[in-house]
Amino acid sequence: MSNPENLGYTTDHEWVDLADPASATVGVTKYAADALGDVVYVQLPEVGATLTTGEACGEIESTKSVSDLFAPADGVVVEINEAVVDTPELVNTDPFGDGWLFRVRVDGDPELLDAAAYAEHTKED
Amino acid sequence: MSTPSPLHAVHEALGASFTDFAGWSMPLRYGSELAEHKAVRTASGLFDLSHMGEIELTGPEAAQALDFALVGKLSAVKPGKARYTMICDAEGGVLDDLVVYRLAADKYMVVANASNAVTVAAALRERADGFAVEVNDRSADLALIAVQGPTSTAIIGSVTGADLDALAYYASVPAAIAGIDILLARTGYTGEDGFEVYVDGADAPRVWEVLTEAGQEHGLLPAGLACRDTLRLEAGMPLYGNELSASFTPFDAGLGRVVKFDKPGGFVGKEALERRRDADVEAKVLVGLVGSGKRAPRHGYAVLDGDGAQVGTVTSGALSPTLGHPIAMAYVPVAVSEPGTALTVDIRGTSAPVEVVKLPFYQRQA
Repeated sequence: MSNPENLGYTTDHEWVDLADPASATVGVTKYAADALGDVVYVQLPEVGATLTTGEACGEIESTKSVSDLFAPADGVVVEINEAVVDTPELVNTDPFGDGWLFRVRVDGDPELLDAAAYAEHTKED
Repeated sequence: MSTPSPLHAVHEALGASFTDFAGWSMPLRYGSELAEHKAVRTASGLFDLSHMGEIELTGPEAAQALDFALVGKLSAVKPGKARYTMICDAEGGVLDDLVVYRLAADKYMVVANASNAVTVAAALRERADGFAVEVNDRSADLALIAVQGPTSTAIIGSVTGADLDALAYYASVPAAIAGIDILLARTGYTGEDGFEVYVDGADAPRVWEVLTEAGQEHGLLPAGLACRDTLRLEAGMPLYGNELSASFTPFDAGLGRVVKFDKPGGFVGKEALERRRDADVEAKVLVGLVGSGKRAPRHGYAVLDGDGAQVGTVTSGALSPTLGHPIAMAYVPVAVSEPGTALTVDIRGTSAPVEVVKLPFYQRQA
């Protein structure tokens, strides 16, 4: 499966698009979406919430399981994807696109994996 | 190393995601488990259940041996019929729930859950000691393929010569698919009409292929264990390890009806089960819970009363794919078990209101 080269990744299977650090987009990877199965409920942090890297900031629930969303970076939430709240299956159908979760004004320089390192990480899983 | 099903290559070719289940590697889903669930409710699903255990008892005292070994009265089951029953320990605790087919006057097949197949086979061997019966564990070489859903009759009818009008629910008949000998049973674990096909593992891929072809015009989808769990939950059917365990008797699970005290001779667990039946205990009972919203109560979550005190524990729960709201089963005290009782479930720190309902959550239109 192809992980876009322009994104950064976490070992918790989230991706971050840092093209605009004032509004960096966060989502979960296709690997995570496939492992979760059909996503039926997404709980996102509120706009204005302060995030700390590695801390739980939401939930993603599939038919079979519940997983925490972890903040991939320090920062403040500036936007959430209302479409994915109403239509959680977007996480399955388009995890790197319309299935994005929220946007963060990133503080500092988050430590993320590149696509190759993330691919290596999922191989070990 | 988990054991692959005889159909493993077929599942790989279909792009299945696999899960380790009771030592077996089985298909969890092929694509979307919600689509597979819906297919079973509106058309049909094709399941590989080869992980289930099959133990045959053959001999002139097979019926007496099973009357002693299990809580049901298997001697009263006519050849060609099947019965849902349980095997208990001496304290009345449930070791497994079973479907037992009487294949002939002197031959039965006991179908056990994969996780308990070894325990059940060992217990049957031990309990059959002294009876004129041979116990043969066929779990390793028998495959089990299920076709479940409203179009299953059309599919099975087109590939077997069997008279399906004559095949009642919980009955079985020897049949053939593509010249391959099978045992065809009208049983299932989905809440829909459906069939189960017992066949030698070596022949299973061919039978799967024939069923797939026949199912094309009837909306048949391969379906994995993920949707099997949500289907059985909607149908209010217990799952061993969730609703059933050795720490509960059949009475606790609301299934005391499967215990038959009126059979000649004793049976394992009889004295303990009589005490449980007659005791005026404030036992917990299994109830259904429905919620609103999208967050489902899940296995292990606390059930609370109006004062926020824990009164029970959720055994299974999910967002019902068919009904669109959360459903769950839980053990609660009799005092709060009446349908309509308002309770709450602690969903990861948030109290979610639920209402007690009568099981099942979903029942097919007759």
